[in-house]
Amino acid sequence: MDKNEQKAKAKKAAGLRKAVQAGWGILSNAYIKGFLPGDPVIYQGKLKQVCVPGMNCYSCPGALGSCPIGSMQAIFDNRNRGIGAYVVGYLAVIGLFVGRFICAWLCLFGLIQELLYKIPTPKLTVPEKIDKPLRYLKYVMLFVMVFLLPFFYRSKYGVGEPFFCKYICPVGTLEGGIPLVLLNSMMRGALGWLFRWKFLLLLLCIAASIFIYRPFCKYICPLGAFYGLFQKVSLIRMRVDKEKCVDCGVCAKTCKMNVDPHKTPNSNECIRCRECIHACPMHALSMNIGPGPVQLPEQEVRPAEEA
Amino acid sequence: MKREVPLKVTIALIPLAIALCAFGIYRGEVAIVLAKAINICMECIGLG
Ligand code: SF4
Ligand code: SF4
Ligand code: SF4
Repeated sequence: MDKNEQKAKAKKAAGLRKAVQAGWGILSNAYIKGFLPGDPVIYQGKLKQVCVPGMNCYSCPGALGSCPIGSMQAIFDNRNRGIGAYVVGYLAVIGLFVGRFICAWLCLFGLIQELLYKIPTPKLTVPEKIDKPLRYLKYVMLFVMVFLLPFFYRSKYGVGEPFFCKYICPVGTLEGGIPLVLLNSMMRGALGWLFRWKFLLLLLCIAASIFIYRPFCKYICPLGAFYGLFQKVSLIRMRVDKEKCVDCGVCAKTCKMNVDPHKTPNSNECIRCRECIHACPMHALSMNIGPGPVQLPEQEVRPAEEA
Repeated sequence: MKREVPLKVTIALIPLAIALCAFGIYRGEVAIVLAKAINICMECIGLG
């Protein structure tokens, strides 16, 4: 395959991914009635017993499913202190099958960030010494804001709070808050400091997404953090064929999540978008079921080194 | 390169995760999710 042919194939694959992301986003938010002006209505049917696999606020007027991160907190902050087994187990099944694949293919908020990044402006590379520690922030969000605080905190009336949803989540503000506030004058009257704070976070997230690829996914998202924990054990894994790889670094340059797939093919940060697979000139990368990078014994010489 | 996790570990973990999910269903956690999801969440939208 020549270079142009490979580029065309990569473009087609990227187009297909966008179509899947958009199609899923529309399908999972297809409750049209919710978007009509008037009294606020959201979908109340049985589908909401099940969580969608990506970040999608269940208070979005169109949402047909539940948000996994919101649902986890709802179980933890419930008066009976649920242990979250239903949602944690459900997400673990997804993680064990595909790892962070959902992030690149079935998350509307991921797509929104990607589209913002397409706005033609100079792009920013976060320096490694800031980027690296900041990546751990999403685990803090997961363990502190989603697990610990909703589970342990109780007000004097015995009521818990969904800390991540309430104080951080820009997805809820964008998909739930803004449409509901725009559609209902009653809600507009009830806006206070919390809405202003969350609106500010949303604006920051939108602005950052124009210059940095998927900043929310890289640094904040507790769901991405959760799926990331399964990357190395999931059924689907990335594989590097060391016989074919010539260490050219094209894959690392292609990766906008700043992963170096030929060194860490199953990094927690990889969203399995497959862009590096299409970019590799040696066709050394692939996505397979199970582990098993094709490795040469230590003493063997790579073809590139022979040449 | 570090040794990779064998496939049989993954295959052993899948039923455990399914069992965890089933345990949550048995404990009635689906009803909590549904009750939360069918009402507008004031915290999510920034009103409460
Ligand atoms: S990291 Fe979170 S917001 Fe980003 S794509 Fe994954 S689930 Fe969606
Ligand atoms: S682009 Fe392909 S050949 Fe080059 S370093 Fe990456 S995996 Fe190896
Ligand atoms: S390593 Fe490859 S598949 Fe993973 S995020 Fe980067 S480009 Fe996408």
